[in-house]
Amino acid sequence: MNSLRGKAAVIGVGETTYYKRGNAPDPEFVMALKAILAACEDAGIDPGEIDGFASFHNERSDSVRLAAALGIKELRFSNLQWGGGGGGGSGAVGNAAAAIAGGLADCVVVHRSLAQGQFGRFGQAAPIQTISGEGAFTWPYGLMSPAHMFAMRTMRFMHDHKIGQGALRALALASYHHAQLNPRAVMHRRPLSEAQYDESRWIVEPYKLYDCCMENDCAAAIILVSAERAKDMKQKPAFVIGAAQGSEYRNGAGVHNAPTYATSGFNTVAPRLYDMAQVKPSDVDVVQAYENFTGGVLMALVEHGFFGADEANEFLTLANLTAPRGKLPLNTSGGNLAECYVHGLEHHTEAVRQIRGQSTAQVEGTDVSLVISGPMVNPISSVIYGSGATL
Amino acid sequence: MSATYLPAGLPAPRPQRDGLDKPYWDGLREGVLRVQRCAACGAWRWGPEWICHACHSFDTRWEEVSPRGRLYSWARSWHPVHPALREHGPYIFALIELPQAGNIRMVGNLLGDPLQKVEIGGEVAGVFEPHEGYALLQWRRV
Repeated sequence: MNSLRGKAAVIGVGETTYYKRGNAPDPEFVMALKAILAACEDAGIDPGEIDGFASFHNERSDSVRLAAALGIKELRFSNLQWGGGGGGGSGAVGNAAAAIAGGLADCVVVHRSLAQGQFGRFGQAAPIQTISGEGAFTWPYGLMSPAHMFAMRTMRFMHDHKIGQGALRALALASYHHAQLNPRAVMHRRPLSEAQYDESRWIVEPYKLYDCCMENDCAAAIILVSAERAKDMKQKPAFVIGAAQGSEYRNGAGVHNAPTYATSGFNTVAPRLYDMAQVKPSDVDVVQAYENFTGGVLMALVEHGFFGADEANEFLTLANLTAPRGKLPLNTSGGNLAECYVHGLEHHTEAVRQIRGQSTAQVEGTDVSLVISGPMVNPISSVIYGSGATL
Repeated sequence: MSATYLPAGLPAPRPQRDGLDKPYWDGLREGVLRVQRCAACGAWRWGPEWICHACHSFDTRWEEVSPRGRLYSWARSWHPVHPALREHGPYIFALIELPQAGNIRMVGNLLGDPLQKVEIGGEVAGVFEPHEGYALLQWRRV
C-alpha cells in the first residue's frame, strides 16, 4: 500500500527564547532565522543543506527571503498550508515529509515565527469601521475574536454530553503543571491552582482566562530528512509514522453552518491518521494537543478515541493528564497555554523530545508521540511520531 | 433601554462588492428575512454562496422566510475585544437554527437580560434592529 509511514524523520528541533508579546528584543524575521539555526545546530547539519521550507497560516518569514538570507544553495520546495491558523501545524510537517518521500527535496525545515507584539494581537479585533463577507454576519453582533468563534461549538458539545467546567479546568491545569518543569516556558514558576482557575474571570463562556492561549513573541523550527539519512544523524530520529489533514463534510460552511457543528473536526481525520500509523489510541504514549481553547482539546481528544464524550467528566483529571504516570500525559511542555504560543509548532518540538527522551516531563519509553493541531478550525491536521521501534 | 442591543461603534456590515449577499442586507432594511435556496433542487443554504452544494446549480432564489427559530448554541462574552465594547459589560450572542428553512443557522444577539439563563433548544423570534444605513436581525425568546 502507498503510504508515508516511516519515510521521513525529524532530526533537529530549535526555538528562540520565548517571550510575552511585546517583549522580544528581535524582530519576527530574526526570530525565524534564530530558530532555524538552533534546529540545524541540534541536528548537527550546516544550514546550507536545507533545500525546502514548509509553514502554515500567514507565516510572514517566507521561504524565498529565508533562503536568500541563509544562503541556501538551491531552494527546491516552498510550501504554505492553506487556511486554518494552527490547524496547519501538523499539515506542514506532513507536507514536508511528503516532499522528501516524493523526491522533491532532501532536507526540509518546518518553521513558524509569530511576534504578536510586532504585528498585532490575535485576541483583539481590528478597529475597523465597516466589514464585508463572512465577518459581516458576526462582527456587528460582537462575535469577533477567535475565542468568540469557537465558544459556541464548545458550548453545544458540553450541553449535548453534560460536560462540566471541571473537564476544561483539568486541561488548563495539565499545561500549567508541566510548564513548571520546563525552564523555556513563559509560565515557568507561575503555577496554576484549581482555586485560581475557578476564581479567574470569564473571557467568553464557557472559556475562562486560563482556557485561552497566550499571546507571545517567538519562533520554532524542526528539520526533516529521509528515514535512511536520519539513522546516521546526531540525534535519535523521530519518524513520521502517521500524518493526516482535512476537514469534515462542509465543516467550513459559512456563518457557523457546519452540518456537524459540535466537533473539533477530527472525526474523519483521526481514523486516517491511525490507519497510516498502524497504531491504536491505546498505543499512544503521550499527546500534545493544540490549546487555542481548552474546549477544542476536549473535543479533539474524544475524536482521537481516547475516551467517549460521555466519559469526559470522569477521565479529565489532572492526575490522568500528568507525566510520567498519568493515563494520558498531555501537553508535557506546557503547550500554547503555558509554554509559548508558537502557533502549535512548540507541540512538535516537544513531541520529538519525548521520542528522544529529552523532555522536561519525560514519559519513560515513549515510542508513539501524537500531535493534534488547531482543533475547531478548517482544515485541521495531526501527526504521529514514532521511535525506531515502531518501524 | 437603548434602541440597539450593543453600543454604537462596532463595524457596520456592508454587502460584498461582488453582490453575493446584497438581497439579504436589502431585506433586513425592509424588515424581511431572505435566505438562499437552490432554484434547481430546493436545497437551502447559508451563509451565502454562488453554487448549490447539493446539485451544483448556480441558479439561486432568495426566499422570504419567517424569522422564527430554535436556539442551537450560544455564548456570553465578558472580555471586550473592541474599543466600542470597553465599558459595556457582558452580552450574549447565539446561533439560531431555522427549521422552516432546512435548519440553516444564523448568528444574532439574544435580547433581554445579558445575565439570563439560556436554554439550548428554546424557541426564538426575530427582531429587526435598524441602524444608520443597515439593519441587523436580533432574537428574543418566545
